[in-house]
Amino acid sequence: MSDTVTEPAVPADRDDSAGIELIGVSKRFPGQDTPAVDDVTLSIPGGRIVVLLGPSGSGKTTTMRLINRLIEPTAGKITVAGRDALGLDPGELRRRIGYVIQDAGLFPHMTVATNIGLVPQMLKWDKKRIAARVDELLELVDLPPAAFRDRYPRELSGGQQQRVGVARALAADPPVMLMDEPFGALDPITRELLQDSLLRLQEELGKTIVFVTHDIDEALKIGDRIAILDKGSRVAQYGTPQEILLNPADEYVARFIGGGQAMRLLKFGRVGDVALRAVPEAGPGDDAAHVRERIANGDTSFAIVLDAGRRPLRWITLDDLAGASGPIGERGSGTAPPIRARDTLQQALESLIQIDHEWVPVVGPRGVYQGTVTLGTLQQALRDMRARAAGETVAHEAGEAR
Amino acid sequence: MGFWEYLRSRRELLVFEAWQHASMVFQCVLLALVLGVLIGLLVYRSPRLSALATGASGVLFTVPSLALFGLLITPLGLGVAPSVTALVLYSLLPIVRNTVVGLSGVDRTLVDAARGLGMGRGRVLLRVELPLAWPVILTGARVATQLAMGIGAIAAYVSGPGLGEQIFSGLGRLGGANSVNMTLAGTLGIIVLALLFDACFLLLGRLTTPRGLRV
Repeated sequence: MSDTVTEPAVPADRDDSAGIELIGVSKRFPGQDTPAVDDVTLSIPGGRIVVLLGPSGSGKTTTMRLINRLIEPTAGKITVAGRDALGLDPGELRRRIGYVIQDAGLFPHMTVATNIGLVPQMLKWDKKRIAARVDELLELVDLPPAAFRDRYPRELSGGQQQRVGVARALAADPPVMLMDEPFGALDPITRELLQDSLLRLQEELGKTIVFVTHDIDEALKIGDRIAILDKGSRVAQYGTPQEILLNPADEYVARFIGGGQAMRLLKFGRVGDVALRAVPEAGPGDDAAHVRERIANGDTSFAIVLDAGRRPLRWITLDDLAGASGPIGERGSGTAPPIRARDTLQQALESLIQIDHEWVPVVGPRGVYQGTVTLGTLQQALRDMRARAAGETVAHEAGEAR
Repeated sequence: MGFWEYLRSRRELLVFEAWQHASMVFQCVLLALVLGVLIGLLVYRSPRLSALATGASGVLFTVPSLALFGLLITPLGLGVAPSVTALVLYSLLPIVRNTVVGLSGVDRTLVDAARGLGMGRGRVLLRVELPLAWPVILTGARVATQLAMGIGAIAAYVSGPGLGEQIFSGLGRLGGANSVNMTLAGTLGIIVLALLFDACFLLLGRLTTPRGLRV
């Protein structure tokens, strides 16, 4: 199935060695007939968000807690970032795994700064380094350090507390994060906001994140991959949100995700997942003649001008270049505000409808250009997805992608 | 002799006895605090042991103080030893009970979060559980101090130190010269000490409760 769905665009600097492997892992609590986790094998790729999704009692939290050994497995093997988790000292293991829980779990008798600095303190960083790191992290989670570092948790709102919780988990820059229904207790608006913040953060940081939730919409929004769990943590299906929406593996998964696939595709499909249009590229220093030639070889009448960091600057048409020679410099006209690759198709659709540009550049992390999108691109992408949802063959897909 | 006159004429003795009383109560409660918190730490994880510890200190508590002092004469003789032993035993109950209640009242998700951050058992206890339970433990010590103040008076029955001496001698020669003055001086002295100690506890509570926990 995976060959029919475009992999999400991934920045090159992601650390694939930071993955997590669960191999034949079981947990049987004393005095219980059925194991809470029954022979689970799951491979969590480095630098991605994997959501463990299931109803209460499916063992999803237990499965997650096996990874940092807050619960010891009764059988199986677990590796975290290439190291045998069961062979490490649990304390040492946990200091390399960020841990975020529902309601944040901040210590009420410590200030925000002390809470965030706990793990660095255990790692014996010096005071100055910890203070600098705390401020950096507060900035990262959008809490102004001067206003927040000396406050106590009870003086913060639920959303602010959870931001501090995330900052605390990130303190020692662990490659892996475990998040146990972190936004479950927040109101819908705050939850959306924090989900967006998490996605933006993840774009920068590229952590390996295991995210537990029972909320299907949250899973579709957050997850690069989703593992749908049944009783005993049986992995009913493990795939990208699209795969799960389009091809539920069995009756259980279909029942769990419910109806409304098409709208959900629009709502949760990300721009980075659709095939973008390629247009000729140019830099301000490129020679006009070369750019003209490039445009002539492409199937559009214009090129996109990128700066040294590959951020989109302007469109440049053949008209702009008429009679020009030497570097193209400032010629051309500005692009519309770029659409971000992590935006949903719904967001992209809205921007495209509201602006008077037909072509809009798509950017990834740090504003790096990834491709171009038009209403037609989205329409085609949706048509393809709907076709797949209807169970039609996807044979034409390969030809369409180019 | 009027009461004020009596106070003035016995000033030195009264100040000495009040000092002794205060010192005895302070030391006994301190000892009970150390013992009680240790016992609390040992048992709070197990409901059965917790019940046993608070039950046992509760049973001790039901022994009438006069009887306990009397019983202690046989093994410990007269004076400081039986007085201190009895006061420590009585002080244990509120301290042990509050330690157990305070520690088991700590939100389990916070302990979970602490372990998840990589804290070991000792660190979880020192940095999370004890600080969070501290206001409750301190309240236990405060109750214990008030108890020890009153019961400390009875230490005079086994020739222990303190203001109880005034009360016992006063009651012993009721009707005689200064008997009412002595009883009154002892009683009022203990009340004043108790109020002073309570004020100290209020201050201590303010100083040692982290700002984030203050209501």
